[in-house]
Parts: sequence; C-alpha cells; structure tokens
Amino acid sequence: MMKKLMKNVTLDKYSPYLLSLVILGVLLLIWSSLTSVPKFNPAGLSEDDLMLMEMNGDIVRDEAGGFLNNPDKLQTIPGPGRVLDTALDELKAPFAKTGTNDHGIGLLVGYTLKRFLFGFLLASVVAVFFGIIIGSSRIIFTAFNPFIQLLKPVSPLAWMPLLLYSIKDPYWTSVFVVFMASLWPTMANTAFGVSNIKKDYLRVSSMVELSWMRQFFTVILPAAAPSIFAGIRISFGSALVAVVPAEMLLGELGVGYLSWIEWNNLDIAGVIFAIIVVGVVGFILDWGLSKLASRFTYSEA
Amino acid sequence: MSYLQIDHVTKIYPSLEPGAKKGDEFVVFENVNFSIEKGEFVSMIGHSGCGKSTLLNIMAGFDEASKGGIILDGKETTKPGLDRMVVFQSFALMPWKTAFENVAIAVSQSHPQFSKKEVKEWTMKYLQMMNLESAANRRPSMLSGGMRQRVGLARAFAAEPKMLLLDEPFAQIDALTRGSIQEELLRMWEATNSTVFMVTHDVDEAILLSNRIAMMSNGPNAELAEIVEIDIPRPRVRSELIDDPRYVEIRNHILKFLVGGKDGITEKKVKKQLT
Repeated sequence: MMKKLMKNVTLDKYSPYLLSLVILGVLLLIWSSLTSVPKFNPAGLSEDDLMLMEMNGDIVRDEAGGFLNNPDKLQTIPGPGRVLDTALDELKAPFAKTGTNDHGIGLLVGYTLKRFLFGFLLASVVAVFFGIIIGSSRIIFTAFNPFIQLLKPVSPLAWMPLLLYSIKDPYWTSVFVVFMASLWPTMANTAFGVSNIKKDYLRVSSMVELSWMRQFFTVILPAAAPSIFAGIRISFGSALVAVVPAEMLLGELGVGYLSWIEWNNLDIAGVIFAIIVVGVVGFILDWGLSKLASRFTYSEA
Repeated sequence: MSYLQIDHVTKIYPSLEPGAKKGDEFVVFENVNFSIEKGEFVSMIGHSGCGKSTLLNIMAGFDEASKGGIILDGKETTKPGLDRMVVFQSFALMPWKTAFENVAIAVSQSHPQFSKKEVKEWTMKYLQMMNLESAANRRPSMLSGGMRQRVGLARAFAAEPKMLLLDEPFAQIDALTRGSIQEELLRMWEATNSTVFMVTHDVDEAILLSNRIAMMSNGPNAELAEIVEIDIPRPRVRSELIDDPRYVEIRNHILKFLVGGKDGITEKKVKKQLT
C-alpha cells in the first residue's frame, strides 16, 4: 500500500507540502489516540453510586440515556477535538471585551504584536546604530566585544526585576524585556558584518572619492546587510521567546498571558490553543521578515 | 618632467622571519625609478613576490611608499582618487548593485556637474563600448568572469582618469575570453587616449598590449632590472604576431630573464632543481 502511495505522489513543487499535510494528519491521529476519553463502564456500580457520580458531575447522561465520563472533569490532556471546540469558541468573537482580563483572541494577538514590534524595532535600530560604530574600527571592536559577548547569553528575563524596579510600569517593562532580548545578537552581528566588509569594496569607495555619508549608505550598509539581517533573525527568535513569559510574569494582556489565564482556569484546551496561536503568529512574522531580508541582501559571486 | 614619475620608490615591511628582532626590515623592492609618458601603455612583469602589485597599490594610494613617491601630472599622489582608476584582479564590483549602477557611481562622482540624465547617457555609452548593453541591469552574480571584468573596465574608463592602473586584470578569466577583452581594452585605450600601467605575469599579454615592459628582478630586495621597448607596429593582431620574428625575439628575451634572472643567481637554482 505504501508503495502505491509513493508512486502516486508526483515530484512537483507541491509534494513537500502534501507530505506536510500527511505528517499533520499522523500527528493529530497520535494526539487523539493518546488523549481519547476512556469509555465509562457502569458495570458493578449501583443506581445510587451512579446518581451520586452524576450529581458530582463526574459523569453525564448522553442522548440515549446511558452514562459518559464528563469531558470537562477529566484529568487528561484534551484531544484535538476539544482544542478545536475551544478555538472555534474563541474565534467566534475575536474582538470582544467581556471583562477586565477576558478580551477576544484578536485583541490579545494585537497587544502582543504591538509590544513585540515596539521592543524589537527599537532594539534593532539601536543595535544596528551601535553595531556599525563598534564595527567600524578594529580598536573599538576589540574593546567592546567582551561586553557584548558577556551580555549576549544573559536571559532577557533576568533583566526583568531590574527593569520593573527602575521603570515602575509593567507595560514598559515588558517592552524593554523584548528590547533586551533583541539587542545583543543584532549588535554583535552588525559589528561583525561591518568589520569584515571586503577590502575591495572600501578600496573602490575611496577610489571614487565617496563622501562619508554616501559611502555609508551605498557601500557599508548594503555590504553588511546580510550579517545585519542574520542578526535580526536571531534577535527575532529570542524576542518572541521572551515576550510570552514576560506577559505571564507581569500580567500584561496578550497571547502569552492568555496561556496563563487558561491555566488558572484549569482550561488545558485553552492553554494548547494559546500555544498554537503563539506558533502561528511567530510563523507569519518570521515569514514576513525573511521576505523583507531577501530584498536587502545580495548573493556573492 | 614626465606625466607620471615613479620616483625612487622603496617598500619596506617589518620582518616577519622567525627569529627576527624588532626593527628588522624586510625590503620588498628598492629604489624603483621610471616614468610613463601621457598616452603610453606600460606593463610590469615579474615573479610573484617581486612587489609589482604592491607598487601598483602605492600608485593607487591604497598603500604607502616607505621611501620615494609618485608624481602624477606634476602633483604628488598620496590618497586614492578618481584620477587613478584601478581595474582589480578580483573585479571588485559591488554585488548589490547592477552593472549599470557599478559604473554609474564612478560617473556621478567623476562628473559632479552631470544631471541624472547625463550620468545615465555617459554610463550607457561606456557599457556599450564594452559590449555590455544587455547586461546593464544584471547584478555581478548573474555575469560571467569576463563580463564582470568588462564592467570593471567600463567603470575605470568612464571616470576618465589621468591614469589607468590594471592589476593582473585578466588573471581570473579563461583564455578564450581573455583574448577578446584584451582587444576591447586596446580599442578603448586608443579611443580614449588613456595612459595605462598594467601589472601582469603573462608575457604574451604584455607584448600584445604594451609600448614598454618593465621587468622586476626577484624579491626580496627586488629591483627594476630592465625596461624593454616593444617596437612592433600597431595594430598588433594576435594570430599574425606569433610568426613575427621581432615578437619571438622579445618574447624569448623576457622569458630568459624570467627563468634565468639577470645576474644568474636564480639560473643556478633552476639548474639544480632540474638535475
């Protein structure tokens, strides 16, 4: 059967995506089989026992009058069906505000995006600016590099107490946690890119007597662009990782906080839904960034 | 006073020999002294390590002379500038710019009075002269080695420099393409009445193109050994050149020098290796 299947899959450009769909199907199948609700077996239980269990909400009656385990009271991980139910429920009114902490999923994604983009863009601008200064001179590069290397591996969340103490505002603290997460990789890569620009390009720019400004925009920035964008991609990942726990710890509304609220509600299906939302948002942002990067980078030789 | 004067130039590096003390010197070449007249095509030939590319870099302003200096059109040159355009062995095109943009940047810098339209026309004129119209909007990564060096030549000529400096310009180009680009270079040189200094280690190329060939002895402590006048009348055609007795004579003279060296020291070494 497998052979037949393989034969039918044509090797066109869509076949990898077809394979992705198959993988998704298999994963969903494994997930649902691992989390299937065990059938309630009333054998050996008296009428009184059943009545007590029904009153406790452990079991519910189905349409035919038999008993089923109450899916809301099970201590198992919810299956794909229940997560889908939660998702459809959440997506019904994505921009509704029904309570202080109960905002629609669309709004929550918006809050997280705003916080994320603000911190990330601010950090990218600052990091590219200082990266270019650091990279433009061998002496400055050597002097600053140990500090960047020291600060780069520090988890951005480690900065949070200090930031909260000095900024005294949870919203801005969460923005600056994202900022700290996006700063060092971009700065280190920019400095590296600028300090390793091919000698030939600099020679040509001095030969045609480019002014400092023109040299900066027509030679240095484009020559270092591949390194700069590589740094921004790394920063992007670490900022996305940082924004979720920052929201959780600071209680700032967003998709990260959604996961925490659902946990507090013991709504595990909601937690899984939040995870999927974070994944999808990250995927779309990263795709957009790579599209953007390909417009500004060049291929050597 | 000549148009270009290479005035007793010496290049010394601090010695990197094992066991060298601080202050020990490594002399690449010493007391190189010659001149080039306006409109001349002069080549320099010599083995690797004789410092010919270093001398070209000093002329371009990328490197500094330890002693002596370069005087172009009555002025000493120290920094790189638009009056001395270099054609690099590695092409040195900016990969994020199209062929057109790579040339246009030199045009707009060398002709600041040009309007945008004039820059475009001037750039296209030089691209056409190098047969590059179809490649104008392509980036270097889309061009062959030969096409890239044509862009490099167009960039250098388009700036109308006082002096063209060619640093082994055809070393990375396959032999068949090399021939046609050499012919294009000759045509451009004649059309623009440029003054050219070329570094090479290809004897045939040097004879085909040059008015004079400067020969460097082996480094370290290299010296300008001899300048050979190429009195073969132009236009020189490669296929006919091979049978020209004067060509054979000059070629043998240069090859003997390159293999044997002037003072016979290297000749002994070569013999030792052969036996």
